[in-house]
Amino acid sequence: MAEKILMKGNEALAEGAVRAGCRFFAGYPITPQNEVPEYMSWRMPEVGGSFIQAESEVAAINMLYGASATGIRTMTSSSSPGISLKQEGISYCAGADLPIFFANVVRGGPGLGNIAAGQGDYFQSTRGGGHGDYYTIVMAPNCVEEMGNFPRRCYELAEKYRVPAMVLADAILGQMMEPVEFDFEPVDPKTLKAHDWALGIAAGRERRIVRSYDLREGKLELLNLERMERYRKIQEKEALHENRQTDDAKLVVAAYGTSSRIAAGAVKMARDKGMKVGLFRPITLWPFPTKALATIAEHVKNFLVVEMSMGQFVEDVRLAVCGTARVDLYARPAGVPSADEVFTEIEKVYQGIR
Amino acid sequence: MYQGIRISGFGGQGIISAGILLAQAGMIENKHVSWFPAYGAEMRGGTANCSVVVSSDEVASPIVARPDTVIVMNEPSLAKFEPMLKPGGLLIINSSLVNSKPQRSDIRVAYVACNKIAEEIGTTKIANMVALGAFMGLTGALGVEAISKALPKVFKRAKPELLELNVQALKKGAETKIS
Amino acid sequence: MKLINKKPSSLVDKPMRYCPGCGHGIVHRLIAEIMDELDIREHTVGVAPVGCAVFADEYFNCDMIQGPHGRGPAIATGIKRSKPECIVFSYQGDGDLASIGMAETVHSAARSENITIIFINNAIYGMTGGQMAPTTLLGQTSSTCPAGRSVAVNGYPIKVCEMLAQLEGARYLERTSVSTAPGVIKTKKAIKKAFQNQIDCVGFSMVEVLSTCPTNWGMTPVQGARFVDEKMTPIYPLGVFRSPEQ
Repeated sequence: MAEKILMKGNEALAEGAVRAGCRFFAGYPITPQNEVPEYMSWRMPEVGGSFIQAESEVAAINMLYGASATGIRTMTSSSSPGISLKQEGISYCAGADLPIFFANVVRGGPGLGNIAAGQGDYFQSTRGGGHGDYYTIVMAPNCVEEMGNFPRRCYELAEKYRVPAMVLADAILGQMMEPVEFDFEPVDPKTLKAHDWALGIAAGRERRIVRSYDLREGKLELLNLERMERYRKIQEKEALHENRQTDDAKLVVAAYGTSSRIAAGAVKMARDKGMKVGLFRPITLWPFPTKALATIAEHVKNFLVVEMSMGQFVEDVRLAVCGTARVDLYARPAGVPSADEVFTEIEKVYQGIR
Repeated sequence: MYQGIRISGFGGQGIISAGILLAQAGMIENKHVSWFPAYGAEMRGGTANCSVVVSSDEVASPIVARPDTVIVMNEPSLAKFEPMLKPGGLLIINSSLVNSKPQRSDIRVAYVACNKIAEEIGTTKIANMVALGAFMGLTGALGVEAISKALPKVFKRAKPELLELNVQALKKGAETKIS
Repeated sequence: MKLINKKPSSLVDKPMRYCPGCGHGIVHRLIAEIMDELDIREHTVGVAPVGCAVFADEYFNCDMIQGPHGRGPAIATGIKRSKPECIVFSYQGDGDLASIGMAETVHSAARSENITIIFINNAIYGMTGGQMAPTTLLGQTSSTCPAGRSVAVNGYPIKVCEMLAQLEGARYLERTSVSTAPGVIKTKKAIKKAFQNQIDCVGFSMVEVLSTCPTNWGMTPVQGARFVDEKMTPIYPLGVFRSPEQ
């Protein structure tokens, strides 16, 4: 594979999408994700794709709706308030079974919040986000290398199940630089299989319709039931996670994204002091790795959730352990904990374990 | 090994690129590295600072809250970053532009006349490199060779003559002693 | 026996569900005839709006996409940029194009996006039940201005062609009416030009068609046609506002 490149998270995200075959990007400026549209503005023309700075996030997501309906790989990115604006369009994409890819480089909220890192968009990302009954595949990188490598996975899953997929990052992952090694060769879009639903040249075939509505009596429910079956398959097959030192652990720290790398530092500090502490990190937030966590909960009876929000992610942890273990929460809503601070929390909880 | 570094100064002093250069050099030496900038709402006239981690282990947080080394290139940065330094940590002060003295006695302090030395070499643009040289000389965290290799990767459009001046500045800075 | 008229092959052979006296059916047929005449059916993609014409995706015999309220020009932009070899049109009503979707309308014109927009102005919201539109006339009643549109409460109607004519990117703008037979013939000519422009890569083309909504106006179809001629055209004068020949 290629040599390591020092890259900014936002640039790795954009380059990862391009290498995965993305040939259409529409977006709107918002900090802390501006490097993504800036990068795409020169990179897209270089690979024969299209870049549009849209008049709003609303227009951007609808440009994606149109572009992805032609069957090509597309991307948009934004940060929290902009993703809120895109939710109607994402719901339409889910309803029309379009495999769009987008990224949320989360900032502090609610409202205008700030431009520092946060994890307050967990519910929005993992519970559909817009109106209606749907889910989005959510991948949560915790380093710049994963920012670069996850877009390809998102495209593949999105197309396999015909659902939107996203990368949920944050301001730290977007702004920081780290070495990156792409784990795949660049994809030539011409080599991708043509979709039997894509709009375009209709010569020699029946016309095609992309839409999210069905007003006929009882038909919408049938559509949703079929989609529900796809969601079930995704939950069964596509959940990803990482365990560290959970086998002999008395306490397992659960965290995702930036929180998980900081927690990993704290777990190491605890191990250095002889404490039996492990780490559980979901890589997909939807589907949530429920089974993997439940398996740990068979022998670990204490969990500490670390999240940069008030207690959103903790709900999925509690659902997974289903009352069989104690779950404590260290919440830093729009604050970034240091490894020292997480370690202090670990010590507190650990001392209380019999 | 673990080195958490904060570099701070005015926008335009090459603070951001000095940080990237450290990270790039660390990567060349097969260390784990991270770089993280302070990105404010204001575009000009503000202070610039960044965090760099060079470590033999995975980097937990890229935000260096308790630095091992602080490099202050201008006056306002001293008051802001001196308190963050770990006890026993290294404070490199650009004495060409910083007149105040540090308050703490539990730290090591090196005064480097970065602008003056840079000007003698040829241009004040490379004052940041004098400071990096001092960091390398005093900590031994990174070798001159790695930084030299990193230079053309970071300054892709710089002329070879300017890169050569950068190397001279690094070497001169590396002669710095703790006062 | 000699065939003197037939349904255009660009129209799906099924009955339309529009009200008696509604202009949508007329304009649909005109677009379909033009697609036949220009022989572009097999590479045309149409964008259906939210509103009465939401069902346009069932009526046009070409690839269709139905999207969120007001976003037709953005969707058309995404399709056209991805598949420049396709002819892309967006079919929109007045609430869709001039109220919720005004930003997309203005910016697609400013970018001179090489797309064709058919804008049906009947001065009212149809599908939701006769509410005030941005194009509702002063004094005209609707279910959300039952005493008539007043300047004090609702402000003035928006004249879209006049407004867009300020933009260099708006290459072709024409307002026509389907309230009379000659008007229908002129409308067809205008829409055909708007499609031909796209084939010739001229840029943003829009035809505003003054149309009828007898149901929500509380009129007979004949009264409705007269309303267009007597009340709407003085406020929305017919004619060419910008053309590539200018």
